[in-house]
Amino acid sequence: MGDDVTVRIILAKLGLDGHDRGLKVVARILRDAGMEVIYLGLRQTTDSIIAAAEQEDADAIGLSMHNAGHMTLAPKMVEAVRAAQLDIPVVVGGIVPDDDLQPLLDAGVAAVLGPGSPAEDVARTVRDVVSANR
Amino acid sequence: MSRRDLSPAALFELAVGGERRSLGRLLTLVERGGPDADTITELSYRAGGAGHVVGITGAPGAGKSTLVGQLVRTIAEAGKRPAVLAVDPSSPLSGGAILGDRVRMDDVVADHDAFIRSMATRGHQGGLALAIPGAVRVLDAAGYDPVIIETVGVGQVEVDVAAAADTTVVVVNPGWGDAVQANKAGLLEVADIFVVNKADRPGAGDARRDLELMLDLSHVSGQEDEGFRPEIVLTTATDGTGAAEVVAAIDAHRAHLGTGDRLAARRRAQVREEIRVRLEQLLGHRIDEAVADDPTGDIARATAGDLSPAAAATAALTDLLSGES
Repeated sequence: MGDDVTVRIILAKLGLDGHDRGLKVVARILRDAGMEVIYLGLRQTTDSIIAAAEQEDADAIGLSMHNAGHMTLAPKMVEAVRAAQLDIPVVVGGIVPDDDLQPLLDAGVAAVLGPGSPAEDVARTVRDVVSANR
Repeated sequence: MSRRDLSPAALFELAVGGERRSLGRLLTLVERGGPDADTITELSYRAGGAGHVVGITGAPGAGKSTLVGQLVRTIAEAGKRPAVLAVDPSSPLSGGAILGDRVRMDDVVADHDAFIRSMATRGHQGGLALAIPGAVRVLDAAGYDPVIIETVGVGQVEVDVAAAADTTVVVVNPGWGDAVQANKAGLLEVADIFVVNKADRPGAGDARRDLELMLDLSHVSGQEDEGFRPEIVLTTATDGTGAAEVVAAIDAHRAHLGTGDRLAARRRAQVREEIRVRLEQLLGHRIDEAVADDPTGDIARATAGDLSPAAAATAALTDLLSGES
């Protein structure tokens, strides 16, 4: 599959985390980088994200996390992706303390984008994890 | 095993057997076009064709996605398996898109057997005009009925979508215009059903009246379909008010199409249109080549000022067509 193939990514927030401003900014960054963003927004579950990823044939799942739930919810999302045999990367953005970075990667999260990540980094990271998986 | 490694035929078998991620993958291939898309179109062309295709269109923000979510719930609760193709525009600058229709539907469709797919226009309207009937057929072959196509009502694409649908629903809002607006040419002419959404707002009655007056004039130039007058349904999609009435209106139109030769005539028109678009695409590639290669030298003569562009085009066309026989 060539690099010219359009990247389709799902963006969502899991559970009761209501801070979706960052997610909207990331959606805009990825749109402007030429990707197709399937925007699910707030109050999603791992099941609803998996259902959308299947139907949309998404290349990646982007989770935004701002309520300290990332150590519980992100590994659950990775597990759900594996259980559904979807074989697509999960990228986490938001407030993630440095100490949690390696444990998240160990749990199977493909990349973590913290606060202040420049737009180019966000887009390149998504592209990189998607093409590494293709 | 990743569904990316399977052939279109293998994916098709899995999708018809009910596997959603294979169906999702098939739709990606159809959307991308090319030989795989043609194979899939061929397979689904032979398999399907029985389902009803509903087009939903209207201005941005009219409440189409929210309404579609309610329609999907109503239809699924009646024991059917609806599918949705939700089309949003691609950025002409970056080619990217924010596909935000699902976010309005997920709450109501989560627990139902429905398949929702977002599609970006990807810049080229001709491509979409092929991808849509292709995607509709795949969903139909996978047993989804009805298939609902939702588009943003801002251009020619919507009239194309109407051409791919059996029943076209146009969504407007209170305050959208008056009786003169209603009689302007365009989207309103292709409607089989009108929905006045956000009907809890002031002006819903006026909107209905203006549409009625417009429909009253349909007979003057023979545009009316004998025995059928488009229904006007008032809805408040955010709380589901009127959704059942819209579904009933869709069913009524479906029944109407079933009388006489109407449905078959629409399907024949759809096939003709698809062939026309495909021909246009095939010829388009050849035209690009001819302009790039300039086999007769007429384009060089025209750019040098020795021949008019019109004469060069006529000469190029003659060459293009004679090379084929």
